[in-house]
Formats: sequence, structure tokens, C-alpha cells
Amino acid sequence: MNILANIISLTIVFAVPLMLVALGGMYSEHSGVINLALEGIMVIGALCACFTLQGFDRSGFGPAHPQLAMLCAILVAGLSGMVFSLLLAFAAINLKADQTIGGTALNTFAPAFAVVVTWAVQGQGLTTIQIPNWIRITQATFGLPAGNGFLDSLIFKYFYLTTPIAVLLFFVAWILMYRTRFGLRLRACGEHPQAADSVGINVYKMRYSGVLISGFLGGIGGLAYTIAVGSGFNASVGGYGFLALAVMIFGNWKPVQILGASIFFALFKVIAAYNSSIPFLPKLEGLKDKSSLYQMLPYVVTMIVLVFTSKHSQAPKAEGIPYDKGTR
Amino acid sequence: MKQKKPLAENGMLIAILSSVLSIIVGLVFGAILLLILNPAKAGIGISAMLTTGISSLDQFGKVLYQSAPLMLCGLSVGFAFKTGLFNIGASGQYTMGAFFALVGAIQFQLPWFLCLLMACIGGAIWGIFPGLFKALFNVNEVITSIMFNWICMFLVNLLFANMPTMLASAWGASNSDRSAALAKANPGAIIPKAGLDKLFGNSSWINISFFIAILVAILVWFILNKTTFGYELKACGLNKDASIYAGINANRNIVLSMIIAGALSGLGGGLYYLAGTIQYVMEKSILSMGFNGIPVALLANSNPIGTIFSSLFISYIQVGGSAMQPNFSSESIDIIIAVIIYLAAFSLLIRGILTKILSGNKKKEVKA
Repeated sequence: MNILANIISLTIVFAVPLMLVALGGMYSEHSGVINLALEGIMVIGALCACFTLQGFDRSGFGPAHPQLAMLCAILVAGLSGMVFSLLLAFAAINLKADQTIGGTALNTFAPAFAVVVTWAVQGQGLTTIQIPNWIRITQATFGLPAGNGFLDSLIFKYFYLTTPIAVLLFFVAWILMYRTRFGLRLRACGEHPQAADSVGINVYKMRYSGVLISGFLGGIGGLAYTIAVGSGFNASVGGYGFLALAVMIFGNWKPVQILGASIFFALFKVIAAYNSSIPFLPKLEGLKDKSSLYQMLPYVVTMIVLVFTSKHSQAPKAEGIPYDKGTR
Repeated sequence: MKQKKPLAENGMLIAILSSVLSIIVGLVFGAILLLILNPAKAGIGISAMLTTGISSLDQFGKVLYQSAPLMLCGLSVGFAFKTGLFNIGASGQYTMGAFFALVGAIQFQLPWFLCLLMACIGGAIWGIFPGLFKALFNVNEVITSIMFNWICMFLVNLLFANMPTMLASAWGASNSDRSAALAKANPGAIIPKAGLDKLFGNSSWINISFFIAILVAILVWFILNKTTFGYELKACGLNKDASIYAGINANRNIVLSMIIAGALSGLGGGLYYLAGTIQYVMEKSILSMGFNGIPVALLANSNPIGTIFSSLFISYIQVGGSAMQPNFSSESIDIIIAVIIYLAAFSLLIRGILTKILSGNKKKEVKA
């Protein structure tokens, strides 16, 4: 029973970064900009947030007010991701650059920058930034006695502030996209920017908002990923930014479906990471290096799912095309 | 009479100028970053980055050796660009090519040229998927390529682990996390040096792979510019709808283009791992060689002949980058490369500005 609780809670903690980053990609693509740089944005967000957490740990503020410090780190992650995404926004919107190549540039930049800066701060060869362990929300946070039952494992084993914030951001996304003027305008800019412009919507401004929101969510997603993995920040987010793009496509660019898709992928990721301790999986005697097989699974499943869903995909029609006022 | 084109309308010159400009901006950015991070050691770092490649014949041999796979990955990315596809999957195709080459060398004891053929086949197989998925199911080739990079890495690890004769441990070495050293397993699979090592002061790196790569570059140039097939590919890249209207089978061309691009990357993997100096180590992250094909192709403006020079440049600063350790991590080079890619993203704009500047000068000259 405890194993089931573990799997469920692990799935949630891995679904959080996927959903946040996929939602980020959704904002950006609905505004008409393909955000391939999500992977790099996650790295930058995680880098800044981990340094912030380390700083709080050293100064003593963190252990004294763990959740307040964590909230600050989440904001730092979001804001740094936002600043980094400005580079993409500037290239894609003002300079009318190729968005895929621009995103690739940011993805090349971020991990290299993370290693170089980490070396400069921590010393040569020390690439890993350790995350302090006080960030976890425990029973003690609510004044409850520590326990080891089903519910304790389910709720408190992997409970971090990023999870409730992700839930909040999910509802914000749903309301913003479908219940506000901003969402309608954003989507118009991704579908038919010329038409949007002709009724007085500032396409450039909307696209900037889309990319910057995706940078904010991507940055938080980077921190959430680093927390979920739990072994510290290593200048990489393990391809999660790209996986999130696949989740977004599978989720048909819609918040509710993205939530479902991210839980689906996270489950496969958990099975891949913890295959040896899950009892009901096939044992595959005689096969060496089984973990590679299980680690491959999420990507294979992604491909299969995309093959079946892409024919009827509802991608924003104008995504990837720089908007030129002259084409109106 | 054939009149010489004015300077500003010479597209080739503008393209080269804009590439040189982005290289300079990238290097200046990298130098500034090093100065900020560690002012005391920055001078040593920058000079290591810029001079190591020509500091000795051995290092220069390494530049040539590394430029061969880079050139092929660049050709691969550039070839796909010509058909309007972004082949970010060069890394996976490269890895698969390396795996096929090593299987040919160790498992089947083939000579080196057949191993290189195996490498092409391996890469081509891995190139089929993005092309086919794009043509049949409308899946974006970028996403497919990225997913298949990861699938390839895990699959190759899995296959290596389950092919005991492939591992170094089967050939008298103690480690089982890497492929066997070719000098022990099959010396005939090592790409010949043809006396070049004598010329390069007994450099352990140099072999004929650089010249094989140049031959392939010329072949690719020929296919793209002198054959109907190449013309069809470029037509698809410039305007897919117009080419379909003109009777070109666009889907067939997309798939074929990706297969050829895959074969090129795969050959690159073969050239790198059949040199005998390097063993394939089970990776936990995707090999960066294929990704570095992207700046190579962008700097060359996807021109196969230009790729020869841009791959030499990228290889040169990478050799310099590894000499920057331990003062700076070799990833500093990736930052410079990232800046170059970023500038390449809006190269059209830069070229427009350059054209304006050049033609502006021209007018002034006329007035004076």
C-alpha cells in the first residue's frame, strides 16, 4: 500500500514541472511564438533559484522561515526565466528571427552558462548545487505529528510549495485563457495576427506577454524539476523542456488536457526512474541494463501518442511566423 | 560582355561577412564573460582558447580530426535546411552511426571502409523517422528529432550492455562501461593514417578522415547544385506548395532528404569512433557533436563548401576550450557558440544591414 502511495506522490511531484512548463509553452504558442527555448529557460530558472536557496541556507533565514524562503526562490526562478526569455522575445518579435534557431541558441547557452557560473561561484569542477533539505513541507509545518501511514506517505513524502503553486497557476491559466479579454486577444494573435492588428490589438505587445509568461512558468518549472529529482542542480533539466513541448502538443494547446497529459507522462517517468522498486513490473530476467529500457519508455510513448494525435492537432495557425505589419 | 556585380549585390560576400561578424561578436562576448568571472586568469584563458589549435602539430592534428565529424554533422543539418527541415536530430543519427560502425568493427570484424558504410546505414535508419513522421503523420520534425535523440541514447546503451563482445571487458580490459579499444579488437577497422602521422609530428589524432569529409562535402555540393534531385529538394525548401504544384513529390523529398542527412551524421559518428583513439562510453546525456553541427551549418549558410571552413573554426575553438581547463570549464566555448547561433537566427537582418552599409559606401564613392 505504501508503494502505491509513493508512486502517486512521485507522479504528482514529476507532473508539476511538466505541467508548468507545458502551460508556459501554451501561452507562448497561442501568442504565435514557438518557444523551443523552454529547456534553457528551465535551466536558468533552476540555477538562480538554487543559488537563492543556498544563500538563504547559509544566512540562516531559510531554516528559520523555510516556506517563506521557498516562496522567494520560486519568484526568483520565475523572474530569471522571464528575463532570459526576453532574449527569445526580442529576437523572435522585434528582429523577426527564425524562432527555432533562436530557441536552439538559448538552449545551447543556458547549460553552458550554468556550468561556467557554478564553477566561478563554487570552485573549479564543482558543478552540482546542493539543495537544502528544509524546503520540504512536512507534518511539522502544520503542527501535525510525524507518521508513516498511507496518507502520510501520500501527502507528505514529496510535498513542496511548488505543488500548491502549480495548482493555483493551472486555474489561473484556465481562467486567463478562456474567461478574460487578455486570453482571447492572445489567442487571436496566434491564429491570425493580421486580423487581430486590424481591430486594434497590439500584436507585438501580446506576443511579448506570451513569451514572458512562458519564461516565468518555465523558470518555476526548472526549480520544480530540480526539487523532484532531489539530487541537486547539475546544469541540466534532463530534456524536460522538450518533453514538456511534447506534452503541450499532446494536450492540444489546452490547459485541462495538458494537465492530463503531464500526469500521464510523469507516471511513465516514475516507472522509468524507480523500476527496480516497483514490484508488479515484468522482471525481464537475462536482460542487462534494464534501466535504459525503462528510461527510453517515456520518449517512445511520446512518439506513439504524437503519431496518433498530430493529424488532427489544433496548433495555433500563425505560430512560428514572425509578424510583419506590412503583411496586413 | 560579362559585367562584374557590384560589391553590395554579391550574396556570397555578404554571407561570409555576416558569418565573420557573428564570430567576432561571439568571441568578444566570450572574452568579456571570462573577464567578469575571473579577471586574473582571463588572459591565460583567452590566449589558450585562441592559440592552442596552432600551438603544436599534435594539437593542429586534433583540430583536423575533430573537424571531420563536425563537418559531416554540419553538412547533415545544412542539407536538411535546404529542404526546409530543421535537423536537430543530428546527434541521435551521429550516435546511431557510431554504434553501427563499432558493431561492424568489433562484432563482425569488418575493414574500416565497410564500417563507415555501416555508419551511413545506421544514421540513415535514424533519419527515416523524423522524415517519415513529418510526411505521413504531420508530426513536427523538431519534436520527433529531439525525442529520437533520447531514444537513441538509451537504446545504444541498452544494446551495448547486452552485446558482451562489444565491451572493452571482452578484450582484456577491466571496464565494461565502454566499447572495446579497436587496436585490440580489430586493428583493420581503424581509419588509416596514410603517413599523415609522420607529417604531423607523430600526432595520435590525425588520419585521413578530414579528407574523406572534404570529399563528401564536394559530393553534397554536387548533388545540391548539379542534379535534378538537388533542385527538387531546394524547391521544396523554398516553397513547398509551389513545388507540389510543379509536380514535385514533396513528401518523398522530405523523407529522402532526412535519410541523406541521417547518413551524413552517421558517417560523422563512424569517422570519430573509428580513429582508434576514442572508445564509446555509455552516456548519460546526449552527445554534443550533432548539436554542434547546427552552428557549423549556420555559419556556412548551409553551403557545403563553406561547411569545410566553419567546421575547422568550431573545431579550432573547441580544442582551445579544452585547453582552458582547469581555470575555466570547457563549456565557455558553448557560450560563444550559442551567441553565434543566436546571431545566425536573424542573419537575414544582419545581411540586410551589411548590404545597406556597403551600398551606402558605394554611393559616397560615386559622389566623390
